[in-house]
Amino acid sequence: MHRAAITILGALLSLWPYCSRAQTVRVAAASDLQFAMTELAARYEKETGTKVGLSFGSSGNFFALIQNGAPFDLFFSADRSYPERLIEAGMADRNSLYIYALGRLALWAPSEAGLKLAEKGFSALADPRVQKIAIANPEHAPYGRAAVAALQKAGVYEQVKSKLVFGENISQAAQFAQSGNAQIGMIALSLVLSESMKGGERWIVPADYYPPLKQAAVLINCAGSKTEASGFLEFVKSEAGRAILVRHGFTAPGSSSGVESKP
Amino acid sequence: MSLDPILLSLRLAATVSVILLLIALPVAYWLAFTKWRGKFLLESVVALPLVLPPTVLGFYALIAMGPRGPLGKVWQSLFGHSLAFTFEGLVLASLLYSFPFAVQPLVASFESLDRRLLDASSVLGASRWRTFARVIVPLSWPGLVTAVVLSLAHTLGEFGVVLMVGGNLPGVTRTASIDIYDRVQALDYAGAHEMALLLLVIAFVVLSIVYGVNRRVWSPWTAR
Repeated sequence: MHRAAITILGALLSLWPYCSRAQTVRVAAASDLQFAMTELAARYEKETGTKVGLSFGSSGNFFALIQNGAPFDLFFSADRSYPERLIEAGMADRNSLYIYALGRLALWAPSEAGLKLAEKGFSALADPRVQKIAIANPEHAPYGRAAVAALQKAGVYEQVKSKLVFGENISQAAQFAQSGNAQIGMIALSLVLSESMKGGERWIVPADYYPPLKQAAVLINCAGSKTEASGFLEFVKSEAGRAILVRHGFTAPGSSSGVESKP
Repeated sequence: MSLDPILLSLRLAATVSVILLLIALPVAYWLAFTKWRGKFLLESVVALPLVLPPTVLGFYALIAMGPRGPLGKVWQSLFGHSLAFTFEGLVLASLLYSFPFAVQPLVASFESLDRRLLDASSVLGASRWRTFARVIVPLSWPGLVTAVVLSLAHTLGEFGVVLMVGGNLPGVTRTASIDIYDRVQALDYAGAHEMALLLLVIAFVVLSIVYGVNRRVWSPWTAR
């Protein structure tokens, strides 16, 4: 379906005036931002009256779309390499590159399983009841790479390697765990804190177990509404914007974490 | 480049088309010859997977296979492991997804049969089974071939359902379409092109062989 969507989008885009003009700020955001970005956009719309259109998906997909002329004004990636590559390709504004948040990794399990994640931490993964552990695909998803790094650092990677299943992105890894098909998910804290995952136990992986998940945003060069777009980016950088990100389980750049490391 | 994903896709497609044919034959037979007035309801149910997006179908398959789902519970108690993220799980989800592609060509070709031949067969004392095996199947050969080819092709190119229930395990659930998508995601466009080309060539060869053979009306009964 994604394949078809990209083809159709490509066909439509070839008909589209290359840089369209619109009053709406069009934002492409990584799927771990699902809830934080929705709140940020709603708040910004209320304060300024500028509409913010949100599209969520995998950063790699957005990278391919933007490179082929997708009409986005702002790109909030789940890492910093995609925005940097867009800058190198001349598709994005170098000066606008901004690390808006550090992603945080957490273990999540349905509470009825009684795995006592908060007590046991990584050793819960070795529990015989845990047959499958869902992570994002480490080949291209930043959270997947972080999960593998954390498992290696904790010294349990070889032991649990055969239990790993890969979600196409971090949301799908969460879905695998939430539907009970995987007994534990190693997923973004921002998703763990969402409404639909409330009925579970969690353990926040200490930040020193994996390289920092620096998430960068960048202004796309052909942004139709550059002033509005940078206005929204400024709002994300502001105290109010940072507070929203922290509340949704991100670490704001240059600050201590907001959500306590207990369930 | 690893050939595993392609081989896995072919294995999945072959397994699914064989099982589908076995299931679809009786269903299509019943749909074509029943006089039940409510048959349109069943026809609609059979066609439903055409309407639902594969990702939606896959999502519900995932829930059904989960430990709280009906299918998952039964499977777990029978085999002691979960159904999602296994080859069997993929086969099951694909059966659902490709079902209409096997049933509909069969129904169409059964319905277009000359009823007088079937009547003649039963007047001459042939049982219904014998009529089916010796009259209906040989006369519906192109329909059978179409059903198999469509389920084969549809499963080979399947993406959404596999993405939703597969878990992307190399050699188990990482099919060619998932592998191509993965490579695009990882910005390995060259690898994606290679795999896509290979899939295209294999699909073209398979389809050409089947259609070519079918064109010569290859049939064990009539081609004498």
